[in-house]
Amino acid sequence: MNEVNVSMKINGKTVTGSVESRVLLAHFIREQGGLTGTHVGCDSSSCGVCTVLLDGYTPVKSCTMYAVMADGHEITTVESLAVGGKLHPMQQAFWDQHGLQCGYCTPGMMLSSIALLKQNPNPTEHEIREGLSGNLCRCTGYNNIVKAVQQAAQVMNQPELAAAADD
Amino acid sequence: MTDIAQGSPEIVTEQPAKFAMGKSMKRKEDPRFLQGKGNYIDDINLKGQLYMALVHSPYPHANIRGIDSSEAMKIPGAVAVVTSKELNAYNVGWLPTFHGLDKQMVLADGKVLYQYQEVAAVYAETREAAYDMIELVEVDYEPLEVVNNPFKAMKDDVLLRPDREAKTNHIYNWNVGDQGATDAALATSDHVVKQHVVFPRVHAAPLEPCGCIAEFDVMGRLQFYVTSQAPHVYRTALFLVLGIPEDKIRVISPDLGGGFGNKVPVYPGYVCAIAGALVLQRPVKWIETRTENLTSSFARDYHMDIEIGATKEGKLTALKVNTVADHGAFDAAADPSKYPAGMFGIVSGSYDFPVAYANLDAYFTNKQPGGVAYRCSFRVTEASYLIERAMDIVADELKMDPTELRRKNFIQKEQFPYKSPLNFTYDSGDYEHTMDVALEKIGYKQLLEEQAEKRARGELMGIGISTFTEVTGAGPSKHFDILGIKMFDGAEIRIHPSGSGIIRTGTKSQGQGHETTWAQIVAEELGLDPQNFLVEEGDTDTAPYGLGTYASRSTPVAGGALALAARKIREKARKIAAHVLEVSEHDLEWKDYAFHVMGAPGKTITMKEVAFAAYTNPGDNEPGLEATLYYDPPNMVFPHGTYVAVVDVDRDTGETKVRRFLAVDDAGTIINPMIVEGQIHGGLTEGFAIAFMQEIAYDEAGNNLATNFTDYLIPTSLESPHWETAATCTPSPHHPIGAKSVGESPNVGSPAAFVNAVIDALSPLGVRHIDMPLTREKVWAAIRTAENAVAAD
Repeated sequence: MNEVNVSMKINGKTVTGSVESRVLLAHFIREQGGLTGTHVGCDSSSCGVCTVLLDGYTPVKSCTMYAVMADGHEITTVESLAVGGKLHPMQQAFWDQHGLQCGYCTPGMMLSSIALLKQNPNPTEHEIREGLSGNLCRCTGYNNIVKAVQQAAQVMNQPELAAAADD
Repeated sequence: MTDIAQGSPEIVTEQPAKFAMGKSMKRKEDPRFLQGKGNYIDDINLKGQLYMALVHSPYPHANIRGIDSSEAMKIPGAVAVVTSKELNAYNVGWLPTFHGLDKQMVLADGKVLYQYQEVAAVYAETREAAYDMIELVEVDYEPLEVVNNPFKAMKDDVLLRPDREAKTNHIYNWNVGDQGATDAALATSDHVVKQHVVFPRVHAAPLEPCGCIAEFDVMGRLQFYVTSQAPHVYRTALFLVLGIPEDKIRVISPDLGGGFGNKVPVYPGYVCAIAGALVLQRPVKWIETRTENLTSSFARDYHMDIEIGATKEGKLTALKVNTVADHGAFDAAADPSKYPAGMFGIVSGSYDFPVAYANLDAYFTNKQPGGVAYRCSFRVTEASYLIERAMDIVADELKMDPTELRRKNFIQKEQFPYKSPLNFTYDSGDYEHTMDVALEKIGYKQLLEEQAEKRARGELMGIGISTFTEVTGAGPSKHFDILGIKMFDGAEIRIHPSGSGIIRTGTKSQGQGHETTWAQIVAEELGLDPQNFLVEEGDTDTAPYGLGTYASRSTPVAGGALALAARKIREKARKIAAHVLEVSEHDLEWKDYAFHVMGAPGKTITMKEVAFAAYTNPGDNEPGLEATLYYDPPNMVFPHGTYVAVVDVDRDTGETKVRRFLAVDDAGTIINPMIVEGQIHGGLTEGFAIAFMQEIAYDEAGNNLATNFTDYLIPTSLESPHWETAATCTPSPHHPIGAKSVGESPNVGSPAAFVNAVIDALSPLGVRHIDMPLTREKVWAAIRTAENAVAAD
């Protein structure tokens, strides 16, 4: 099968590869990008463990998008969240609130949560549950994920809270 | 000392405060998962690896007249196609099943017995080429008559397994209890309540599918990376199947993206990957598709008839259960060898039945093989669901409140240890107390008042109770083995000079948080900081032998091994402490997490100081500070709980809204309340899924109707209820730290609470039972049928 050149920015870094046109974005990120935090779980766009952010804050399911469709675009994955060893407020909140168990859904869940807060900085519990309904979790039953997003929202809306946490 | 979670859990325990246990310590394993640095099976790639894919049968029952792989081999990058012919040449065409009652085909040998059965394995340079190849493997099938349910199977008109000596579809009969006494008691009871109850076929469906990479290294040693909940059992099973000595096999189970029982079996794909790696002398990687995951095993599929006798005052007199079990094409149930029906004998539940009898017959059908757990200790869920569902039906028949019927028949706390009529010795429990806590916390009286008002208005509100008891922690070597291996667990603890250490066990976490809780157990026993322990599992080269993590056995078995290994260390530490303090070891007492010289206040030494001395000043004692211990539990543990569901059913649409759900669990001593609460939340969500949306259904032609997440549903955050939790504490009298188990309780106990609630809501219409899943359509149909029956009267 014919290969095509694909180039995209993943977490600010240009990744280029010659791949078959049917190669999925998820596989491009994992194999060409070497970033395995983006997982694959269902092959049918149902589970959301492959969620990444496209061109800023648009969550997309990278197992349902071809790598060529992301050619020239910017992708954000879980690996970009922690900066210099310091966890992103969303990561910190998932840790504090026990919002993960096996960890398989966690990267996609956090990226969807970040996209949700970008759109709606103060979501209600129902809005959080609605906003995350494209990301399945088998372990947590979602209670603690909701609490984590609430904590992250509070910290991200009040930068002084985040600063205090550094002390 | 401990890093306590900021979001302290709602769960409130009754147990006394301790040093490291009972605290909601944040999980030590989380930083790697949060940063996308978990190491799951598909994250592992070996140099020069081939990709394997499997050809699956579209037919549920067919002879295979021929397989032509010539077109597939023309695909660029194609390396090989393997069928049963090649496997049989190496004598690996069939696998023994875990409990030893059957064997199963690795690849279809002459015929296929269920839809999606593995027919051929293809190997290619790339994943894409492998998937292109499977499209071009030509298989010539001759379709045969399909047996799609056990009631058809029992007629033996179509023999599914001519390879077996016994020419019947009947696999085995299992029974326990006293049939004669039970029949006699039923014959003289004031009331006998009968009900047919089906626990449908479901699937654990962890978000990470199964997979493996097999490589024979330059020394001819098999390096087998695999999604396994029981790595040591795999190693021994591979020795038994392949004849490779165990020193030449290393099984590595990396981070697992959930398991719930799905990652216990040895799947045909694993054998094909190893066979390919051996013959092709290249590493071979195989990762299941979601469809492969959902079609390769199953849980439950029990068709149960229950009879309960009772006096007119509501005292239970007898219990009788007859079950027909659908095991699919092979008897691949992962049960202990002496327990083909698992722990189904727990079906007498929390109640003091004077007599009971349970009988079960298992059959082959043209369905996927399995009978593995789905967050369940070997058939406990089927048993628990049946008795808790039936108790509500009895209460309805006797016009009693379901909580009063339960209260009247609970095994009393003074009766423990309690020998059940179905041969378990329950260790401990206080069922009435736990139910009282639940009824108080949910506001049962107020809910009944609200319900009465709503019923007067024709609204359908239901309250469902489940007061279940589990049997977990297999198990005592006298009774429990898998492939002949007794179901003990090993633990190894090494304390470093600085008072930190490493812990290794034969269990394997799939999200349960062992890296945190194991450290808490050891820290509690030794008075050391749990943050300073590294916990390692999953590598058979380094971990002590153990039977793995499933059936809620990690804390009951490996947790016991850890506590006892730590106490072994403490005894050695006592000698070193005596040397350092220049006293006799008999003058020392271990109190408040340090050694004290009795009668000499202030003369103490901490474990951290002893650890340093063990390497710098051990005196005449053997240097070093470590212990290995294998724990063979004296009995099973019997966690229990009371769950309450409150639902509103829309009379027009059949839609059920779970308004509240409270779980009060008694898991004995709790190691980490935050983790326990998280496990309960997750298990309740799985129980909710089973009650309302999940079923691996087949049509008349044997087609599997649930092969992906659009047909086999996983609850999203939107429909999952908000969970409420609480805990009571009846420590296990025989477990070293008094712990029971909890991971599976919510899945075991909750389906009955959900269904009881819906049936309670519909009871004014005369609806008595609906089999799960209680989909909108089924509930709607039940309402319409009931209304039409009333209209016709």
